[in-house]
Order: sequence, then C-alpha cells, then structure tokens
Amino acid sequence: MSALTKEETEALIQEVLEVYPEKAKKDRAKHLAVNDQSLEKSNKCITSNRKSLPGVMTIRGCAYAGSKGVVWGPIKDMIHISHGPVGCGQYSRAGRRNYYVGTTGINTFGTMNFTSDFQEKDIVFGGDKKLAKLIDEIEVLFPLNKGISIQSECPIGLIGDDIEAVAKQKKKEHGKTVVPVRCEGFRGVSQSLGHHIANDAVRDWVLDPAAEKETAYEASPYDVAVIGDYNIGGDAWASRTLLEDMGLNVVAQWSGDGTIAEIENTSKVKLNLIHCYRSMNYISRHMEEKYGIPWIEYNFFGPTKIAESLRAIAAHFDDKIKEGAERVIEKYKAEYDEVIAKYKPRLQGKRVMLYVGGLRPRHVIGAYEDLGMEVVGTGYEFGHNDDYDRTIKEMGNATLLYDDVTGYEFEEFVKKVQPDLIGSGIKEKYIFQKMGVPFRQMHSWDYSGLYHGYDGFAIFARDMDMTINNPCWKSIKAPWKQEVANDVAVAASA
Amino acid sequence: MPSVMLRKRDDGKLLFYVAKKDLEETVESIEFDTEEKWGGEVVLGDDSRYYFEPMSPPPVIPITLRAKRI
Ligand code: SF4
Repeated sequence: MSALTKEETEALIQEVLEVYPEKAKKDRAKHLAVNDQSLEKSNKCITSNRKSLPGVMTIRGCAYAGSKGVVWGPIKDMIHISHGPVGCGQYSRAGRRNYYVGTTGINTFGTMNFTSDFQEKDIVFGGDKKLAKLIDEIEVLFPLNKGISIQSECPIGLIGDDIEAVAKQKKKEHGKTVVPVRCEGFRGVSQSLGHHIANDAVRDWVLDPAAEKETAYEASPYDVAVIGDYNIGGDAWASRTLLEDMGLNVVAQWSGDGTIAEIENTSKVKLNLIHCYRSMNYISRHMEEKYGIPWIEYNFFGPTKIAESLRAIAAHFDDKIKEGAERVIEKYKAEYDEVIAKYKPRLQGKRVMLYVGGLRPRHVIGAYEDLGMEVVGTGYEFGHNDDYDRTIKEMGNATLLYDDVTGYEFEEFVKKVQPDLIGSGIKEKYIFQKMGVPFRQMHSWDYSGLYHGYDGFAIFARDMDMTINNPCWKSIKAPWKQEVANDVAVAASA
Repeated sequence: MPSVMLRKRDDGKLLFYVAKKDLEETVESIEFDTEEKWGGEVVLGDDSRYYFEPMSPPPVIPITLRAKRI
C-alpha cells in the first residue's frame, strides 16, 4: 500500500474515533494527530501526559515501575526493596534484561527480588517495624551490598508509613546509603512521574550528599557520564566502547550496569550525555544548575545518527577528541557498510509502526531509515510535550502520531495502514502476530540485542530482516482461504 | 507561582522549563536584561507571559527561579 496523504490520515483518525461515546471521543481526539513537520511545537497538534480514559486498554505502567524498574533497578550493587505486597516486585522481576557484570547474590543484586511481602496486619498496624527488620536481615545476609533503596508500592502511601524515618535510622546504624523513594504506583498518570520521583531521590539522597564529601577522584578534562542508558541486552557497553574509543573517559553509567560509586562521582564530570531524555532529563537539569555540568542529548541507533552524535559530543571537547570521533566513525565504516549492503536490499521500502516508551519512538527512526525503511506511525506510552517536540522533525509529513494509544485504536490503525513491521511491547506482540503482521518487541529487544552503537546496528538489522522476511508469514492464511491464483497454480501442477 | 528552570540553549536562546507543567518554551523577550537589572515580564514562544521579580545583579544561568503567571 502506498503512503497515506494528510487527508486520508485525518479521515482514518476520524473513522477510528467513531466508535467512542461522545466524551471519550473528544478526549481521545486530542491524543491522535497527523504529523506536520512545519510545526515548531507539538502542543499545537497533540496532547500528552494526561490520565488514561477509564475503560480502554492502555499500555502504561505505574510510578513504581518507573522508579524501581527503570531508574533504580539497574544500579547493580544496591539492594532495591519492593516495599509492600509481594506482587509488584515479583511479577516484574528480571524482565527488563538490563545486563550487568558481577556475582548475583554476592556483590550484585540486579535480578533478585527483595520485598517486605505485606500482609493484612502490616496494612492495619503499619509496616515500618518490618522494614527496619528487613534491612537488618539484608545486612546480615548480603553484607557486600553498597546501599539500599526502598521502593514504595501503593499501600505505603495509603497507610502513611514513615519510611524516611526508618531510612535515616538505618543509615546511621549501618553506615550505608539508605534511600526512601516515594514512588507509590498511584502517583501521576504513568511511569513517567516515577522517573521524576526517582531522579529527585537520587539527587537528594545520593548525588548531592556525595558531592559535599571529600573523595579521591582524579579528574581529567575528558570525563563524561552516560545518562539514561539501561544496558538492555548490553546496550550501554556498546555505547561506552565508542565513547572510550574516541578518547573520552566514561566515569559513570546511569544506570545500566551502574554502581552507586559511579553515581556519587557524577557531579565531577565535564559533560553529561543523555540517551533517554524522558527518564533522566530531571537529574541532568539539576546537575547543570548546581554543578555547572552541561548536557546534550545523543542517539546511538544506526550509523547516521551515531556519526551525528559522536560529532556533536566531540564538539564539546578539543581537537584530540574531534579527531577521535572521526577515527571511530572511520574504523567502523567497513563494518556498517557491509551490514547495510547485506540487509538494505531485503528491507528497502518496508513500512514500520512503532509504539514504545522513553526515547525509542523517535530514536530508532534513523536506524530504520539507514536500512531503507520508513516509519509511518509512532507514539509514546508516557511521553510529554517535549518528547513530541523532538519527534515532529524526525517523522515524515502526514504520518500518524498517537499518544497513549488504546488497544483498540492501535489495532484499527494497523488494519488500515498495513505496515510491514510493528515495534511495540509484549502485550501487543501476540495480537499482531496472530493478525499476521511481523512484530518486534522493542522494549527489551525481543530477547535479542544489543541495538546501540555500530555493533548493535548489525544485530538490529539482522533481527528486522529475520522478522519481516520470515517464511512463516506466508503460512498464516489457511490453505482454503488462499488466493484463487494459487488454486490455479496448484491445479496446473497436478 | 511555578518554579522555573532557566537554561541557555546551544544557540544562545533562553529556555524556560516548568517540570510540573511539562512546559519547555523559549523566552522570546524579557523586560529588563542589562548588566544592572534583570527580570520583569517575559514573553514565551507560545505567547504566554510570566513575571520574574527584577533582580540585580542578574542571576547566573542555569538557575531555578519563581515566576508569576500573568
Ligand atoms: S500500581 Fe501500585 S499495586 Fe500496581 S504494580 Fe504499581 S505499585 Fe504495585
């Protein structure tokens, strides 16, 4: 199918909205838009970061997910307590594939689940005593932990426990960082507020207190921190390699494969490099204001964007780094040219619809374009206006933008637009596969990855090819429903 | 009275950011912007107006300040 025109896309949105009751229709209309590159600001065309409608299937998470799952969880040498009933932590345990180096249960704790396992009596009488006991037990069982964070689940805020008091007390007793995080799931409209709360907790309980302490830190003019790379399938390692290759000194990884010591040292770096703007812009803004550290956003998906980003990063440093950036681009050129030569002919002209969170709805567009593919629809689960501002220019004119898309809308859009590939989450995966549309789970790279950097691009290209050109899609239709042309062919061969 | 984070963009323009409101706009004009005095009424890219208590000497940017919506 050829690309839709602006009018056709508008008509499609109207058609999809038709089934809603009047009020819901009015509300949802604000979240669906036709992209128009001439707009400077997204708020002229799309509304975001609003409460989801009751009764629709939304694909969002909660503030606890944003804090425990995204920001804090990957810090590997701390123990993150899911404070409250057992489910929130257990059902989300180890699902995000943020890799780390270490011995789990000894000096790293990333894939383990620690919970205070609230029972009825804890809700009635309060859980502070239990929390204190839990922290003491952790100290006995896992003495090599470098700190503890308390990730509040919904009931903690509802019953009004004083986790800050417990944290202060235990910090004094054990001499380790203990961070209370008020990220109860009911706060805010999505996981996004959880990111913000988690950023503020890092600021107040780790970053700022550490900045006041004297530490043995050897500064170099090339110190940078990688912010908002969660090392999904090893992403951060590929990013780090590129930066080190060009001569930079990566002091900290926030927070994939990161440690609390790295976070404590971040106030001394020269430049913050932000990959996931949505989840960590808050702390970067804070560091800019308080420690005078500038920050830039970069994009390590696909060779075009990587080269652009490496040059933009190098522009903040001297000629040595600038040459370094060129050297790195040159070094990998043969490798990525080969990848493009191999996969572009197989993927050329394929159309993609995305619906993810954080940075991906706009960051991966360049990688698809490097392979000759086109992104015809994109949207954020929990984006804000500033995310859409940054998306408008990346997307083609008359493409679809959908914010906090509902299950129904997404299915209808796909039926009409008929993309060759969908990139979204696990909840969407099987619906679309059963509809016969090739699908990649783009949150944790569908058990594959890494996708960052030049190394990641090779895997990205292979995965997309493997999915789109998989012979199974030809077998989706039942034999008796095959086209007549086939019947003739069969008859002729008989 | 929202808390406003002010920072300079690469092209030298002032950015006006209110986390709570999700507002990130450029500052198009500012009433007082001299060596001695800074502040007053500011007009943003979306035509909304805010007011900063004038201050001297001017603040060092980036900084968080309180502004009044007008
Ligand atoms: S909304 Fe509340 S109960 Fe549900 S997962 Fe989040 S913290 Fe747990």
